[in-house]
Amino acid sequence: MCLGVPGKILEIYDSHSIRMAKIDFGGVTREACLETLPEARVGDYTIIHAGFALNLLSEDEANETLSALAELSLIEHELGSEGF
Amino acid sequence: MLTNSNLPTFEGPVCPVPLIHNDVIVMGHGSGGRMTQELVDRVFKKHLSNPILGEANDFGSVPSISGRLAVSTDSHIITPLFFPGGDIGKLSVSGTVNDVAVSGAVPLYITAGFIIEEGFPVSDLEKIIISMAETAREAGVQLISGDTKVAERGKVDKLFINTTGLGWIPDNMQIGGQYAAPGDAGLISGTLGDHGIAVLAARGDLGFETGIQSDVAPLNHLIGAILSAAPHTHVLRDPTRGGLATTLNEIAVQSHTAIVLEEDKIPVRREVRSACDMLGFDPLYLANEGKMIVIVPEAEAGAALEAMLLHPLGQFAARIGTVQSTPHDRVLMQTPIGGSRILDVLAGEMLPRIC
Amino acid sequence: MDVLDQFRDAGRVKSLLEKIRKTVSRSWVIMEICGGQTHAIMHYGLHELLPPEIELVHGPGCPVCVTPLELVDKALAIAAQPDVIFTTFGDMLRVPGSGVDLFSVKAAGGNVRVVYSPLDAVKIAQENPNKQVVFFAIGFETTAPANIMSVIQARAMKLKNFSILTSLVRVPPAMHAVLGSPQNRVQGFLAAGHVCSVMGFWEYPEIAAKYHVPMAVTGFEPLDLVQGIYMTVDQLEKGTCEVQNAYSRVVSFEGNKSAQKLLDQYLEPCDRQWRGIGLIPMSGWKLRPEFKDFDAENRFNVEAIQTKESEICIAGQILQGLKKPYECPAFGTLCNPTNPLGATMVSAEGTCSAYFRYYKRV
Repeated sequence: MCLGVPGKILEIYDSHSIRMAKIDFGGVTREACLETLPEARVGDYTIIHAGFALNLLSEDEANETLSALAELSLIEHELGSEGF
Repeated sequence: MLTNSNLPTFEGPVCPVPLIHNDVIVMGHGSGGRMTQELVDRVFKKHLSNPILGEANDFGSVPSISGRLAVSTDSHIITPLFFPGGDIGKLSVSGTVNDVAVSGAVPLYITAGFIIEEGFPVSDLEKIIISMAETAREAGVQLISGDTKVAERGKVDKLFINTTGLGWIPDNMQIGGQYAAPGDAGLISGTLGDHGIAVLAARGDLGFETGIQSDVAPLNHLIGAILSAAPHTHVLRDPTRGGLATTLNEIAVQSHTAIVLEEDKIPVRREVRSACDMLGFDPLYLANEGKMIVIVPEAEAGAALEAMLLHPLGQFAARIGTVQSTPHDRVLMQTPIGGSRILDVLAGEMLPRIC
Repeated sequence: MDVLDQFRDAGRVKSLLEKIRKTVSRSWVIMEICGGQTHAIMHYGLHELLPPEIELVHGPGCPVCVTPLELVDKALAIAAQPDVIFTTFGDMLRVPGSGVDLFSVKAAGGNVRVVYSPLDAVKIAQENPNKQVVFFAIGFETTAPANIMSVIQARAMKLKNFSILTSLVRVPPAMHAVLGSPQNRVQGFLAAGHVCSVMGFWEYPEIAAKYHVPMAVTGFEPLDLVQGIYMTVDQLEKGTCEVQNAYSRVVSFEGNKSAQKLLDQYLEPCDRQWRGIGLIPMSGWKLRPEFKDFDAENRFNVEAIQTKESEICIAGQILQGLKKPYECPAFGTLCNPTNPLGATMVSAEGTCSAYFRYYKRV
């Protein structure tokens, strides 16, 4: 259900009126469908599953998660239930 | 007036009249008659000549060899025939040289049998023969006997090659999977999965592109360097079909030991890892055609590793694990986060997955 | 994106594991719904590193495992027909039907092809106008958009020879089925990150509240999983039942609205049989009637098939987290990846397969 990997958008184009992209998976490139991410731009990162982009991958959120986890390890009391 | 140059061509049954077919292989090329001889002279002998082949017998006669002999045979079926980094010719010579060399033997002679599909381009055949000649020269082996058969269109997938290799085993050489012993160090001569990914990309079915090249290469000189530095090496084996994981399992079972690997020490190219992540493959199960597993006593591990690193085919060599006594017949992987898992043999074929 | 390497960082993972050890005060049973989570946990050996009080049970989030036997048999029947090119994800190739599997159909001469993406199947249809191309469209909400895109693309190309055989299932009804079962032991839940990247997690607070089960949406790197487990344990210790997001770099509360709209346009909910579990109402999706031309069940008249499941296989109990694979008498002996009796041993992320391949049987 879940094999999705990060990929960087190198090019965006139309194929039979469907929004497609050329994706770089770290030295390996492949085509994927970008139809449900109209806001995606060249240079953005997405999660690709079975040749389809599920959603954008946010570097900012990734950094925030890591900072919050780092803080958690230092602080003794709980951070509460609002999540990271 | 009819001459050899204006005779009509025929499809179907073999015509006894020798026709000139320059572009593609036809049934007549496999009949053993003049056409076969012309093909042999024009394509095979042109690139593969040596005194033994030059005797032009049905057999190759070699000078006497005293001592034990290592013999290995292999058949090669691969799609596509030409891939980044090599072709079926280089693959067949390298594969057989390596199979002989892992016993510690010095590979000396190779034979090659070709089964060619009717319609196969002669130019492709020539390219493959040239490749075999180059690889044989690189390895220092001679091709001393060959055979050509032609199968009807559709009965063979373009070209199958069988190669047999013969090598001389120096005295006191005791190398084999059964000799892996607790306390030994496990080394690998370089990055894993290159050949598997290069061929998969070249096939085109999965639609991805990459710059990865096959690592196909004859390894007998590298092995020579390893054995000079580490004369008490216990095991040499190339992780071909089934990859590192399957091959190590074979060794663990042969020697009734446990082989414990450290995941973050195993060298895998970034692009190979990316392709594997995307498809759901594990690089440890991909085929390698130019890599060597080396299992040596701890005392010689440093020397063996250094010998590999100094050799052009061992630049990314690394120590990846150790041999222990238990749990015997098993390969275990220690993960970078401190956990562990079993590394089993490949069951069936690796297929791209969504789960 | 270099920062992603940090989610595999051993130091961070160990630090968070220590935090879990300090937080836990009694035993808890936590379910990971998704086979990909199971696979990652076993791949990294995480299950060994958790404190013994935490028991992880594995849920039915493996679309390969839960595809009903009848549908597998229909796939086999269609694939065996001449003039059909049957395309499928690699996962389904060795799933046993009542008799054989797609791999045997291929070996017997059937034109069965493995593809990486449903869109590759459309290409095959375009290149083979004289053949009927069928794609075995299995999956949870993660895969549904890709599956539907194949129909959209085929329509755009005006292809008349393409259809999909659907086995689309949804997570929330499965969660209800597991948590609502009288035998349920699950107290905390790790929700599936990639399902939620499409659907968001707006459907889950209601489920969390109904069964008083805290949840965390997790990704698949070791740090993601450990973070999700920590958050869930923390909630369990406190007695709360919120839904938290431990995969915020990809998942938002609403999810991908554009993808959800697409799914709604092409699919409608339906009842689905889950192999080994039984009927879960409204747990699946099927193509809306206006797209029936692309529905392989409509195009191919495959008669009601007499299905025959292995009598020894306990996949159903494993999928609901009621038994572990090593509690099955056939595990590793009669049933193994080369000769699987049930789908959980075939699928790369099936629980039995993961245990067979990774779990230390010492």
